[in-house]
Formats: sequence, structure tokens, C-alpha cells
Amino acid sequence: MEPMSPPPARQLVVGEHASPNGNGSAPAFVSAPRRRVKPSQFAIDRMLAENVSISYGQKEAVKDVTLPIRQGEVLALIGPSGCGKTTLLRSLNRLTELTSSASLRGQITLDGADISLMDPTLLRRRVTMVFQQPNPFPLSVYDNVAYVLREQGSRRRPGPRLLDGPVRDALSRAGLLDEVADNLKHPALKLSGGQQQRLCIARALAAQPEVLLLDEPCSALDPQSTQVIEDLIVKLRDDVAVVIVTHNLQQAYRIADYVGFMYLGELVEYGSGRTMFSSPREQRTAEYISGAFG
Amino acid sequence: MEAGALATPPRPPRPVPAGPTWRLADRIGIALCWALGALFCAIAAAIVIFMLVQGIRYVRPSLLVTHPTAGFNETQTGGFLDPLLGTLLVAAIAIAIALPLGVATAVWLSEYGRPFALARLTESAVEMVAGTPSIVLALFGTVVFSSPALGFLSRSSGGVVFGRSFFAAGAILSLVALPLIVSSTREGLQAIPTHLREASLAVGKTRFATVRRILLPTARPSVVTGTMLGLGRVIGDTAIIVILLGATLRFNSAGHAPLLGVLKGTGSTLTSYVYQNSPSGEGNQPSKAYAAAFVLLAIVLVLNAAVEIVRRRSQVGSWNP
Repeated sequence: MEPMSPPPARQLVVGEHASPNGNGSAPAFVSAPRRRVKPSQFAIDRMLAENVSISYGQKEAVKDVTLPIRQGEVLALIGPSGCGKTTLLRSLNRLTELTSSASLRGQITLDGADISLMDPTLLRRRVTMVFQQPNPFPLSVYDNVAYVLREQGSRRRPGPRLLDGPVRDALSRAGLLDEVADNLKHPALKLSGGQQQRLCIARALAAQPEVLLLDEPCSALDPQSTQVIEDLIVKLRDDVAVVIVTHNLQQAYRIADYVGFMYLGELVEYGSGRTMFSSPREQRTAEYISGAFG
Repeated sequence: MEAGALATPPRPPRPVPAGPTWRLADRIGIALCWALGALFCAIAAAIVIFMLVQGIRYVRPSLLVTHPTAGFNETQTGGFLDPLLGTLLVAAIAIAIALPLGVATAVWLSEYGRPFALARLTESAVEMVAGTPSIVLALFGTVVFSSPALGFLSRSSGGVVFGRSFFAAGAILSLVALPLIVSSTREGLQAIPTHLREASLAVGKTRFATVRRILLPTARPSVVTGTMLGLGRVIGDTAIIVILLGATLRFNSAGHAPLLGVLKGTGSTLTSYVYQNSPSGEGNQPSKAYAAAFVLLAIVLVLNAAVEIVRRRSQVGSWNP
């Protein structure tokens, strides 16, 4: 398979009121407004997956995927359940290694360096992840974020004075600070689901990552929390490269600059969000986004 | 509407659930469960009430603060201060050994589990220790602690190691508490959803930091429960005390070092005191035995209550499974 050449970043076509192109395959939501109202001012290549295949034992979950991940853009991975999109996401910060049967072929680079040669803990500070279930640690709101900031392995743990600024900064980047500022000692598990998920995003941002991985971050949340988090993701796009796995096509349409459609482990189509939804190149993509299967 | 009704003919009515035969069996089963449950409650209540009545008859506050003495009648034999302190001392030693060892074993089994064969072996070893009668452990203890290499843990004269001391009894009693701490801690760790571990690893934390800062604090209620259960077993054990503590009525220090002497020396606990003063023991002063048993029971009940409180307090919130 020839490596797919990513479209140049400047070719983004932005239409707030995009209309279906009339070939009949575009789903109804394509005319809906998108959150991404303006293209990012710049896009920087951060990660590159080259010919990545991942197998669990004999079963190949991801087949020969080549994909760029850029700061300044939101990349959404869509596809039916079991198509390998979460596996691909987890391989980007080597969480797949926790499954002993998983093996990876191909190469993933972060800023040009092969991630398989990096210390996994350092890599995971640069490429952090938010999960499907909101999973704050059973600590206070403050400690959830401070936990990430405290260096491990060194005797000298940063004191409260050094931590306070970064903790508040991370919480405010995740849009949670205003809601929790008056009681940072509040137990994190008593927050609402949407707040918990934003706390998880704050936690992931506290490490000052270059890439943020989101694995269906809104699937357990109500529509309002989803909206807050989608706004947040679009805002974060300029500072970190964002990769989001989602089942929700409309969500992908609303927030993604680029979309990768995966099916049975293959990356069937990769393209800008608007093109993908209004005029997909592949038959399978067209079928999936119009709801024929999935 | 009518067209739809015609298209799907009405379902035939469901058959009435089969006859009363299985219902009777069901009823008998439930009645049996009820009866057995009630019987069990009655037995537990009988023990507690009996001990409470006997205890209140015989317990005097002075008994708790007087040393025991040998004597022919109850006015001469004193109280059970030494056995009470002995119980606390032995429990402290046993838990001081079993808690770190048990938690470490549980963490290793649950979070690392490598090498696989050794982990499985350890699991069976822990189960085996759990199933070993404490009198067998005690016999084993006499062999171990009488060896010259461990002579510094008990009294010895002329190269002969006595092998009975608070150290010896506490160390072997820790084996009684260990399996309970291991299994409870392990269950607590395994109840933590995997995605919480991944969340910690996914922000660049090491496995060790995850265990230390996230998993163990989360599993704390289980650790406490296991420790309390273990403590209850340790406090209630008699065989190991009788065989390995020397069963001298009072603290009988070896040497003059303040605490070390006591720990190397012999003594008694409430259980050995009860045994000693029961009708089949040498002392045969049942009223003292009842009083000591009452205090023992009170300690165990307080521990159980503490476990329950810890359990309830820990319900802060949880993740959806």
C-alpha cells in the first residue's frame, strides 16, 4: 500500500454553512454549523505513523496505517466498533504495550524521533491520553492534577507553592477552574460526569503534552457536557495536536479538521473533514457516513 | 391501525407457569434458609449474651490493672494486666510483620505477577498457610526458633535456645494474619478498574508511582479490612501462644534491656489466660476466665465495628464500571 500523502494544511476549506454537494451521499448534518469556524493559523507535523500494523496474538487489529498528526488540527478517527481505531490511538503513546499479546510493526515518530526508543514514561508525558470513561483518581480535584506534576523518582517533590500555578493553569485550560476554584480540595469523584471528564483533560494537559489523545471522551456524557468539551477541544487545537476517536459522526463533523475512516483495521480514507463528509472518495466511507452500516 | 393488527396476528396468551411442585420446593428451600439463618443468629446472640452476663458478673475494673499471681482462691490470684498487655504486644508484633509483607505480596501478585510460575506458587503457598491449623504452625515455630541461629530472639542458656518468646509467638502469629491481609488487599486492588491504572500510566507515571499514589490509597479500605480480620485472628489464637509464648503468668523478661528484654522473654495473653483458668486448665478459676474472655470478646467486637465503620466511610464515590 502506498503511503497516503496527507493533504497540505493550507488547503483547508472552511465553510460555516457548508451544503451537501448534491451527490446524495452526504448525510443531513453536513449542512449544520461546525465548531471549527476558522482554520488554525499554523499546522506543525508532530507525529507520524508509518505503515503501522498492530496485532493481538494472531489477530491483526490495525493494518498498515500511515497517518500524520499535526498540531493546529483536530484529527478524528471514525469507524465501526472493532475497526482498530482505539488500538491505533493507544499505540501512539505505547499503551498497547500493556497488553502482553500486542505487537507492533512499522514506525511511529514524535518530532522525528522513533517513539519505540523513548522511555515510555517520558513519551506518555508528551503524548497524554483521556479515556472513554471519566476516570479521575479518588483524590481531591487539586491532587488529581498535582499528581501529574509531581516528579517521580526524585526525592524533592515540588511544594505547594510551585504546584499551585501549574495546577490552576491546567484547570483553566480545561475550562474547569471557574467551577472548582473555591474548593480545590473537593473530592474529584463527587464532580459531575462532564466535570470529571474535563478534570481528566486538565490532568492530561498538566503534563504539557505535545499530543493529546482522546478516546471517545464524550460517549459517557450528556449533550451539554459534550458541547463544552467539544468547544474545549477546538480551543486546544492550537497548543497541542489533538487526536480524537469517536463513534459520533456528527461530532467528528463538528470538530475535526481531518478525519480518518477506519474499517476492519485499515485506514480506508483520510481527508479533510468537509471533503470526507460531503464527497467521500471511497464507497465504504460513503456507506458508513450515510448510516448504511456501523 | 387495523391494517397493522391484521398484519401481525395477536400472540397466543402465555402459558400459565407450571404447577405448584417446584413452588413447594422453593418454599421449603426458603424456609430452610430462614431457619438456618435464624439459628445462626441465635447461636451468635447466645454466645454474646452469655459472655456479657458472665462477664458483667465477674469483671471488675481492678482486674484490668492488677498483675496476676499464683494462688488458691480468687481473692489471691489477682487480675490480668499482664495477659492484656501481652495480647496487645503480640498483636503489634504480628501485624508489624504481616502488614508490610502482606501488602507487598498482594501488590506483586495483583500488579506485576511475573514470573508467572512464581506468582502462582506464591498464591498456593499463601492459601496453604491460610489452611494450616495454628497448632501446626506453632510446632513449626518451636523448631525454627530453637535453632541457634535465632537464639538472639529468645532466652538461651549454655547454648540451649529456649525458643519461646514474644518475638517467636508474634512472628508465627503473623503467618495467621498474612493470608487474610494478602487476599483482602488483592481483592481490593483487583476491584480497581483497569482504566484507572491506564489513566495514571497515560500521563507518564511509572507503575510504582501508580501503585504507591493511586492504587494503594484507593484500596486502603480493603487493606484495613484485611488487617482488622487478621488482627482478630491473632488476638484470638491460643495454640501458638500456649506453645510459643511460654505461658508464664507474668512478663518474664530475658535480660535487663527495657523493651528488648520483654520481647525476648515469655509471658501470657488473654487467650492463654482463659485457657489456664478454664475448668480444664491448671488455674481452674472460671470466674477469672469469664472475665478475661469477656474482655477478649469486647476487643474483637470493637475491631469488627471498626471494620464496618471503615467500610462505610470509604463509600466516597465510584467510577461507572
